[in-house]
Amino acid sequence: MRDIYYFGTCLVDLFYPQAGMAGIQLLERFGARVHYPQEQSCCGQPPFNSGFRDEAQNVAIQQLALFDQPFDLVVPSGSCAGMIKHHWPELLKGTDHEARATELAARTYELGEYLIDHLNVTLEDQGEPTTVVVHTSCSARREMGVAEQGKTLLGMLKNVTVEVPKYETECCGFGGTFSVKQPEISAAMAEDKTTHLAAAGADRFVCGDSGCLMNLSGTLEKRGIQLDSSHLYDFIWERVQ
Amino acid sequence: MNTAVNFTDAAKTALKNPTLRFNFRQAMDSLRERRAAQFPDQDELERARDLAGAIRRRSLNHLAEKLVQLESQCQKNGIQVHWAETPAQANEIILEVCQRHDAKHVIKGKSMVSEECHLNDYLAKHDIEALESDLGEYIVQIDGETPSHIIMPAIHKNKKEIAELFAEKIPGVEYTEDVDTLTAIARKVLRSKFETAAVGISGVNFAVAETGTLCLVENEGNGRMTTTVPPVHIAITGIEKVVPSLSDVAPLYSVLTRSATGQHATTYFNMISSPRREGERDGPQEVHLVLLDNGRSKIYQDERMQDTLKCIRCGACMNHCPVYTRIGGHAYGTVYPGPIGQILNPQQYGIDQQGEMLSACSLNGACGEACPVRIPIPSLISELRHEATRNDQAGTVYGQGALRKLHEAVVWGSWKWIHRTPWAYKAMGLAATRLRRLVPSAAMGPWTKTRVKPALAEKTLHELMKERES
Ligand code: SF4
Repeated sequence: MRDIYYFGTCLVDLFYPQAGMAGIQLLERFGARVHYPQEQSCCGQPPFNSGFRDEAQNVAIQQLALFDQPFDLVVPSGSCAGMIKHHWPELLKGTDHEARATELAARTYELGEYLIDHLNVTLEDQGEPTTVVVHTSCSARREMGVAEQGKTLLGMLKNVTVEVPKYETECCGFGGTFSVKQPEISAAMAEDKTTHLAAAGADRFVCGDSGCLMNLSGTLEKRGIQLDSSHLYDFIWERVQ
Repeated sequence: MNTAVNFTDAAKTALKNPTLRFNFRQAMDSLRERRAAQFPDQDELERARDLAGAIRRRSLNHLAEKLVQLESQCQKNGIQVHWAETPAQANEIILEVCQRHDAKHVIKGKSMVSEECHLNDYLAKHDIEALESDLGEYIVQIDGETPSHIIMPAIHKNKKEIAELFAEKIPGVEYTEDVDTLTAIARKVLRSKFETAAVGISGVNFAVAETGTLCLVENEGNGRMTTTVPPVHIAITGIEKVVPSLSDVAPLYSVLTRSATGQHATTYFNMISSPRREGERDGPQEVHLVLLDNGRSKIYQDERMQDTLKCIRCGACMNHCPVYTRIGGHAYGTVYPGPIGQILNPQQYGIDQQGEMLSACSLNGACGEACPVRIPIPSLISELRHEATRNDQAGTVYGQGALRKLHEAVVWGSWKWIHRTPWAYKAMGLAATRLRRLVPSAAMGPWTKTRVKPALAEKTLHELMKERES
């Protein structure tokens, strides 16, 4: 049995805990013993991306200490995994914590990536035939370099047809605090993305990053577009029951 | 000149303009497709970017030395070299040369550095007419506009708008949407000006230190005309454009044209190495090179920011930017729009003057992925946001701290306390989920104008995991 740490992320914690739980159950089913430090909170991305590095650094140092065993750290979000893997070492450069941040970065993974590349999962689909349209977050795609893993997992579900929207690789307009600081630009991007999601003609929209999911499901609903949304890991877990 | 327009307002206006949105979306789609078609092999693309990035890095590593070499090699070739610290100095140098040759009008090839100097306005004030000879530049010039893209200055206009403009602004021209006719009209106007212009002014894509050669990449032949027909040629460029040797040019040229317009090669590639020599039948009698600093040496001194100067001005970052694609180039209100503008303008003119656009980025990374010289644009935007909001005066960028707002500092201050204090974080989670029905939509600010409020869960993951353990 391999021990792993799970960093749930603050958005999953408050808005998508079932998806967080689904991720944990998937990891367990495929042979991992999951450790969830109760003192965990946030990777610090919101202040970091807003320029407030001292605040982000302060929290990163406190969070870093929670993952000191040599277990892999698995995160159900490309963007939070990217923050820990790529920005904590940069943020803590020149401090006493730099070496630990670099060491942790080397064992940090996005959940889908971990399931496929480290646990070699195969999924047995138990659900009815359906079609889903997927959005992959830009952090998963470009920062973590795991653009295909979510689709690969879905592809293992034999009754699920996977579609991607037109302009698949383009940002959905979330961008964390960007959506608050430039709401009109963000909304224009979300509007375009939801139009393309709807045009894919799927039964359901799935996304493995909470921020994008929240942005897009909220926009779909506001626009009155009939397309249900699910967190990727929630969806996968349900299909394999 | 160079004062901040209100970026956010300009962006909002642009978003409401369906023609503009359509023009940009179409144009950017086509540029992206053309670039993609030039790089069918991902590995080859990455190797080309590695090589081009390494050449630019090496050029910058030896910048001072290479500039001195460039100057002496140019002088050996008979090119007169001028140094300008500011746009005002560059303008004076150019004016002096023009006046010495009694120029009433000059013809220009495309040059973004001359846009930094607002050279046309300056010359006009001294009764010298400067006419743009690049078709796109000509179009924006006769409409009294500035370029909306660094490679395609008139990309914001469609055929119909150009047809209307020509009919309105060029005497004796009838309305036509036929592209060949429109091009022929501009060509006719410009041809007569080439013949009588006393001075031709161009930009430079690469300045080769080893040989003192100025390279100019173009498609219309107007660059060649500008640099060969008038008796005097003035080239103006930024000090970062120097490369060590001739062998550095081909790899840079290759990624430049493929990234910019999706062309394997441009129609023209000019290498200017001297004025007309004895026995030669054409070429200018005098060639001048104006090397402009305008904030570049300051950027150079900052190790974190120096990569900004690797830029070869291909425009791929704007072509791939989802924000630029939607608001277009004019909304930025600056010489350089899009991602390269977001990192360059605030450093050149100060975050207090041109920093507002730093917020217009979702950090999606598309620009960094497209950049042929591997400038980490998203990291630099993030770094500049830090400069913009820091309050320790320990930064290096002009106008540091200018975008720090008290209410935001308070928000992140409390954020910090909550997120590093486990009991407080849990208490917040509990309160938020228990009171979730009471959280008003308004608490989400502008978010809920275009989105339904996200539903808080009944129980947090922390709680679910706690219950599970016990
Ligand atoms: S930053 Fe990179 S992509 Fe953008 S114009 Fe410069 S070289 Fe091209």
